[in-house]
Formats: sequence, structure tokens, C-alpha cells
Amino acid sequence: MSRALLIWRKFLNVVMLTLTGVAAFLVVSVLFLILGYFIWNGGSSLNLDFFLKLPRPEGEVGGGVANAIVGSLKLLLLAAIIGLPIGLLAGVYLAEFGGKTFSFLVRYTTDLLNGVPSIVIGMFAYSLAVVPVKHYSALAGGAALGLMVIPITVRATEEFLRAIPDSLREGAMAIGASKWRTIATVVIPAASGGIITGMLLALARVAGETAPLIFTALGNQYWSPGWNQPISALPLIVYNYAISPYDDWHRQAWAAGLVLLTLVLLANLGCRVVINRKGVRSV
Amino acid sequence: MASASQGNNDATAAQLARQVRVSEKTSAASDKEASVRFEISDLNFYYGAKQAVFGLNLKVPKNKVTALIGPSGCGKSTFLRTLNRMNETIRNTRVLGKILLDGQDILQMDVVALRRRVGMVFQRPNPFPKSIFDNVAYGLRINGYTGRLNDLVEQSLKRAALWEEVKDALHKSAFALSGGQQQRLCIARALAVDPEVLLLDEPCSALDPVTTAKIEELMFHLKDSCTMAIVTHNMQQAARASDFTAFMLDGKLIEHNETSKLFTTPQDPRTEAYITGRFG
Repeated sequence: MSRALLIWRKFLNVVMLTLTGVAAFLVVSVLFLILGYFIWNGGSSLNLDFFLKLPRPEGEVGGGVANAIVGSLKLLLLAAIIGLPIGLLAGVYLAEFGGKTFSFLVRYTTDLLNGVPSIVIGMFAYSLAVVPVKHYSALAGGAALGLMVIPITVRATEEFLRAIPDSLREGAMAIGASKWRTIATVVIPAASGGIITGMLLALARVAGETAPLIFTALGNQYWSPGWNQPISALPLIVYNYAISPYDDWHRQAWAAGLVLLTLVLLANLGCRVVINRKGVRSV
Repeated sequence: MASASQGNNDATAAQLARQVRVSEKTSAASDKEASVRFEISDLNFYYGAKQAVFGLNLKVPKNKVTALIGPSGCGKSTFLRTLNRMNETIRNTRVLGKILLDGQDILQMDVVALRRRVGMVFQRPNPFPKSIFDNVAYGLRINGYTGRLNDLVEQSLKRAALWEEVKDALHKSAFALSGGQQQRLCIARALAVDPEVLLLDEPCSALDPVTTAKIEELMFHLKDSCTMAIVTHNMQQAARASDFTAFMLDGKLIEHNETSKLFTTPQDPRTEAYITGRFG
């Protein structure tokens, strides 16, 4: 082998190593850049008023987004009630009961559903839950988010249930537990850490969805009592305030974005902790 | 208070049932004709198109230990798992033939009821990710037992010779136990519902000799109340711990006899070849 070829090879090696390293560094830095930028722009608006007060009328300085925080929580609660049970049960079906053909169909459909653009989901919810009753509502927004929670929950549940060794199922069935009893009292508890994590991640993901809320929950300047009226949410605040002409609202949009970002990061961190402490233990 | 006394009644009922069974056993033993718990006739078993057990006939005597020996893949575990219909959890399997438990056809029985009567211990310890107490109480709870769990859990752990080692740690995770302790916990878990038969599928293959000895000893004591069938790769274990031994080869039962006779004067040349270590 010639000397020149050897040097060229070493050079190529170093170049490729550097490129992959730089790309890896960029991936990490994007998150910190975003976080830093939001803190820089919105940090100053994060005060007690921001969390406890209602928005001020257009153009006035001050006020907060308390109604949007509560609104987001209410929408997530609805999404959880609508999406998690269906997702959990369908995931159990796929992992424990499903045959070949139908399971393949369900799994494939779930993946497609997961890829449906959120604006399409929003339009679907709009036509079914807003148009017939002729007004926007928290229920419609929660339903739209609930639909998006389903596929993530299904797949997470299935994955974590599959990770439980069959020996546990056999152990329970050998004592006379029926299949359902086995799943409910041994398999699901053994996988609960992972399943709960999957659910939290699903909720964290839809917490930041804006498109399906624009024409279902709409937004609201005031408190939204009950479930049947337009309701504010953090992503809606970010959207509405960011495109407004007022500097104070811009700052609040950054702050609302920061709160949203922090919530999602905390949910992810919390999941890590849950997985490490109580993750799937194989026997 | 009412529920506690109810629990007492249940406990006494269970003890009574056990005493009756023990006395049955003694009268049967005096009866010379050793009474039969399992009677298997012309059993064939298929995994899909592949046949794993061929025309097997066997009587498993009551309150004795029957060992199943044979080289790997000879169908002894498969056969054992037909006795509590555990193979039904595998898709595409088929059983032909008759298996009678105390004269009743198990293929006609409710599978949950059958498995309550026929417990099983597996090759690798498979405790549930729960506390030691909850592992043992599991079978009682799913069978709707609402009486005093504490007494029965203690009793089961004692029968599995584990009580002394865990009595102060009942609420610790079962995963904190050593492999041998976990296997005895699994035995205690199976014993808690007071099965008539205990199937042991190579229960000691993952354990060290000291723990193995402990399990063999507890099997000896369990004979009072339980019929056992054990699959083992270890011929010394079969010789030490069993009353009867069945030798299987290629899915067929080659020879079945009292353990002492089978190991000293085997009738079939293949049995002799296997127990003298010429193959397998």
C-alpha cells in the first residue's frame, strides 16, 4: 500500500469523525439554544402575576396567563380521559391477545394515526364536535388531543408488555389465574413503570399541540367555567400573542413558550426517573 | 370481628381437608394397590404438524414422586405440561388421548379449576415483581380467599422450607432473594392453594447443590400431602428423590418402574444405555 493512500485514509477518518462529532454537538446545542433564547426573551415576564392573573385588554401592560395554564391542564385531563384508556386496552390487545392478521392491521393503522398531521385531526374534531353544536368548546379541544394520545399510548403499552417475560405469565396461569387475571394482576403491574412513562410522554407531546386547538378550543380571554365553552391554552397564547403588535404580549408569548417547554422537559425527566427506579425488570 | 372468625373457619376447613387427604393416603397405602392420581392413556401431542409425544401410557401414583428422565428434546417437559394443560398457552398445539385426574378427564375440566389442583414449578424461578408475601398470597387472592392470609402464607412458606429465612422480610421484594430462595418461594406460591399435584419442570437446573438438596428434602416432606412429578436431567436426582421413574426417548415412554428397580435392573437396553451414561 502506498504511503499517500495511507495518509489519505487517515485524513478521511479524521474528517468523518469530526463531522459526526459536530453533528452530535449541534443536536445537543439546538435544545440549549432554544431554551436559552426563550429564557432570554421571556424570563423577565415570568413573575407571580404571569401565573396568577388573567390577560389584560389589548395594549395594556401586565397581567398573566393563569387561565391558559388552567386551560391547558383541563384540556390534557380531557385528552387523558379520552385517549389513555382506549390506548391502554388496545395495547394490551396487541401484546397479549391479538392474532396475526388483525394485529398487523391494528398496528399499522396505529402507526398511520400517529403520523396524521395534527391540523387534520383538528379539522376532524371541528367538523364533529364544533360544527354540530355551533360553538367552540374545551370538550372539542380535549377530544382532538385525546385522538392524538391514542397511538402513542398503544405502542408504548404494547412494547412494555412484550418486554415482560412469558415465564411470569406462565407462573400466574399455573396457579389458576385466568388470562385476563394474569394480565391485570401480574403483567401490567410488572410493566406499569414503562406504561405510565409512555402515557406521560404522550400527554407531554400533545400539551404543545396548537393546530388542533385553533378551531376546537379557540382560546379565551377569561376564565372558562365548565367544559362546554371556548377555553384558553398555553400554545394558543403563544400563537396569538406572538403575532400581535404589542411588545408586552410578545414577551408574554416567550414566557408562555418557556413554561410549555419546561413542562415538557420536566415530563421527560420525570419519565427517566420512573424508568430508572421502577422500569421493566426481567426475571 | 365477624370476618376474622370467618377466616378462622376457612383455615380450619383447609386443614381438615388436608387431614382427610392424608388419612385417605394412609388407608390407600395399606390398601397395597397404590392408588392412582393421574392415569394417562394413549397420549399423543403435536406442535403443529410435529408430533412430540407418541402413544404414552402412564399411571402416576398418589403421594409419590414420579421422575421423568430422558435426553433433551425427548418430550418429557412437553408431557409434564400436558398434565396441567399449560401447553394450551402455545398456539397450534393439539392433544389426543385421555388424561384422568382422580378419574376425571382433565380435557373436559375447567382449565382454571384444573390448574388450581395441579400446581407447577418451572425451570427458572419466576417470582412476580411483588413482595414475598404477595407472591405467596397471589393464588389465594385470585381464588377469592378472603380469610386470614397471614396464617396460610406462613404455612406455605414453612412447607417450602423458606419461612425461617424470610419471616422478617415478608414485605421485601421477591427479587431480593437468591435464586434458590426464589425457587422455594415459587414452590410456596404453588403450595398456597393446596394443590393435589405438584409438577416440577427441572426445578433445580439453575441451582447449586446445597439448594438442590434443600428442595429435594422439602419434596420428601411434601409427599404427605401432595403427588409430585418431576422432570430432571440429573439422574442422581431422580434416584435420590423419586419413588418411581419413567424413562422417555424420542417422545415415547420406554420404561416405567419403581426407581430402585429401574436404576438397578433396567428392562430395556435403551434405558440401561441412558442411565449408564452411554448417551444423552
